[in-house]
Amino acid sequence: MQYSEIMVRYGELSTKGRNRKAFIGRLNGNVVKTLHDFPDLRIRPKRDRLHIELNGTPSQPVMDRLSKVFGIQSFSPSIEVEKNMDAVYDNALALMNETAPQGASFKVETKRSDKTFELDTNGMNLALGDFFDEKRPDLVVKMKHPDVTLRVEVRREAIYLSTETVKGAGGLPVGTASKAAMMLSGGIDSPVAAYLALKRGVDIEMVHFFSPPYTSDNALNKAKELTAKLTPYGGSIKFIAVPFAHIQEEIKAKVPEGYLMTIQRRLMLRLTEAIAKQNGDMAIFNGESVGQVASQTLASMAAINDVTVMPIVRPVATMDKTEIIALAEKIDTYELSIMPFEDCCTIFAPPSPKTQPKIDKARYYETKIDVEGLMAESMAGLQVTQIRPGQEFLNQDQDIIADLL
Amino acid sequence: MIYFDNSATTRPLPSVLDTYRTVAEDFFGNPSSLHNLGDRARAVVEQSRGQIAQLIRAKQNEIYFTSCGTEGDNWIIKGTAMAKRKFGKHLITTTIEHPAVRNTMKQLEELGFDVTYIPVDERGFVNPADVKAALRDDTILVSVMAVNNEVGSIQPIAEIGDILEDYPTVHFHVDAVQAAGKGVLDMLRHPRVDFLTFSGHKFHAPRGTGFIYAKEGRVIAPLLAGGGQEKDWRSGTENTPGIAAMAKALRLTFDDEAAKVARQQAIREEIVQHVQQFDHVHMFSGLGKDFAPHILTMSIGGVRGETIVHAFENEGVYMSTTSACSSRSGDESSTLKAMNVDSKLAESAFRISLDEDNTMEEAKQFEKAFDKVFAGFNRMRK
Repeated sequence: MQYSEIMVRYGELSTKGRNRKAFIGRLNGNVVKTLHDFPDLRIRPKRDRLHIELNGTPSQPVMDRLSKVFGIQSFSPSIEVEKNMDAVYDNALALMNETAPQGASFKVETKRSDKTFELDTNGMNLALGDFFDEKRPDLVVKMKHPDVTLRVEVRREAIYLSTETVKGAGGLPVGTASKAAMMLSGGIDSPVAAYLALKRGVDIEMVHFFSPPYTSDNALNKAKELTAKLTPYGGSIKFIAVPFAHIQEEIKAKVPEGYLMTIQRRLMLRLTEAIAKQNGDMAIFNGESVGQVASQTLASMAAINDVTVMPIVRPVATMDKTEIIALAEKIDTYELSIMPFEDCCTIFAPPSPKTQPKIDKARYYETKIDVEGLMAESMAGLQVTQIRPGQEFLNQDQDIIADLL
Repeated sequence: MIYFDNSATTRPLPSVLDTYRTVAEDFFGNPSSLHNLGDRARAVVEQSRGQIAQLIRAKQNEIYFTSCGTEGDNWIIKGTAMAKRKFGKHLITTTIEHPAVRNTMKQLEELGFDVTYIPVDERGFVNPADVKAALRDDTILVSVMAVNNEVGSIQPIAEIGDILEDYPTVHFHVDAVQAAGKGVLDMLRHPRVDFLTFSGHKFHAPRGTGFIYAKEGRVIAPLLAGGGQEKDWRSGTENTPGIAAMAKALRLTFDDEAAKVARQQAIREEIVQHVQQFDHVHMFSGLGKDFAPHILTMSIGGVRGETIVHAFENEGVYMSTTSACSSRSGDESSTLKAMNVDSKLAESAFRISLDEDNTMEEAKQFEKAFDKVFAGFNRMRK
């Protein structure tokens, strides 16, 4: 079926009263960015709906992209027809023949914003009902939960027919909720947390700690590739790699083993806060889940959180591992996350970290190292990359190999 | 030279050898090595696996690399026997399998497994009903080849698969060594088929390459234990250049497959038309859709197959007695024997096996050679 436009229904926007304009503007911007490589589309944001005129562009690839854009409740591919009943009948039949199987139940749902059209809402419903009674006697009319709903919209410029409604990603348009720094490790949890942050409209930038030569390029590339996996939801993402090896060496040399992990995490958080402040971020997001590992007991969180007053949001804090994995599979980060490259957290992990560290002890041991000097050194070595949808980092030979095969 | 012995082996394609060489030179690292050279070699192996999976419509994790078809057959059969021996010791196969299957079964019999050999009819086909009748509570494997290597009969894999739908715990192995690029992929991908064996050198890849398909969820024991390659299923350092070359060869083989099959079919028909005019010529391969497009086995009565092969060699035509594997050992064809062919007739059998590079021109040249060779044999007969 060659559709002429896709009608997009806004998500939670409708509840946001005065901010509506800003929300629609942002969503429109995000949709334009997502669909940037379809030159023939015309995208028109309206008060209630966003209309994407296809102008011959196939609908499926456009819909695949739209299904990942946050802030969309649902969308329907529709056919534009001339404003006369013959045209409506012909196209409605073609559409129903394509989408309503033998014996399906259906109803007609008309909306009429052009009050001058010859038939009113009821008239249109009845006319089409009669028409299908004759042309498709196998179909059964059913008002509650029909298999197929034929939607007819009578607007000033034309009449629009659709039968398919695709659920959107929900959430809020990315960028409507300010910016935040996202601590991305490379494990299973933090990409899921990043996805959930994006879902609530947060414009995130990734902060990733790397420790060459203890960690390989692969570990860094894996984090970048994970970031690339998240770009379809919110456009390009800034990726900040923070050198951390020297800090870890210092901590290892000067801090008792039980507090190695706690002090490392405090330094990570201090650095993230410094980066966040530099970039005007309002909050820090991370992938901590209560009780999952030693650093994620409430006592540990308290002893680590002690270094900042900036809000720390933990989207997966109360989720079970199985729930997190299910989401990771849904957003296609799971397979990447389980690739076995050493990351900076595992390299200097003590055999038995304290699960109940004390805040005052953590503060005390931290004074053993030159916090300011070490932080300045790391901040001077930040590596910033802008990561765009479709970029590959782990297998850069892919095209060379493809040519060989 | 006219090369009509493609079921024995095919000539590696120049572009496939280019790939082999480039990969051997530029991606020589051990795919298991941690460093960048290892990563790059691993990427070649995995991308090749992905391409092969896509070509046979499988998932990437369902492809395992081997060294040849014989290894694949041995592995799947012995691996099933080892992994499932707790559940039963009965295996079912046919009387026309390649020795890689047949002799593996014989080994298992010596170890106390019970094997049922399903006979074939006089045209070389297994009856699915016989398979059904042979199934028992303790059956763990059914192994039936897709295309018989000696006469080209395409076995009723889909029908046997349908029967096995009611026996979900039985492994179903199909030896597909002669089937790549011969227009039977739909049959091979019957949902009930659990394992497939392929051999690279039968489709223009270098010798020493092969792969098996193992359906996700089906488990066999490894034959080669060791360093844990291939997810611990098949240890041994990966043959990176061979694997890449095989992936390429398979892509080229499946490229425009239908047209290639039609071409081989036409050549086969042309040759049959010609040789059928002669007395003493007996056809073993049929011409219908139930025979593979590339195999044509026949005999010239009263002349030993070996003599025929050498007579044609003198004319620049290369072919086999029924199968290259058994021709040196001097055994008569086991498939023809299973088809109840008179042993005198079977002794005079020879096999023409085509591939996509053969031309109608070559068929005409073959016919000239045939006339000459045949006339020579006639003199001998008198």
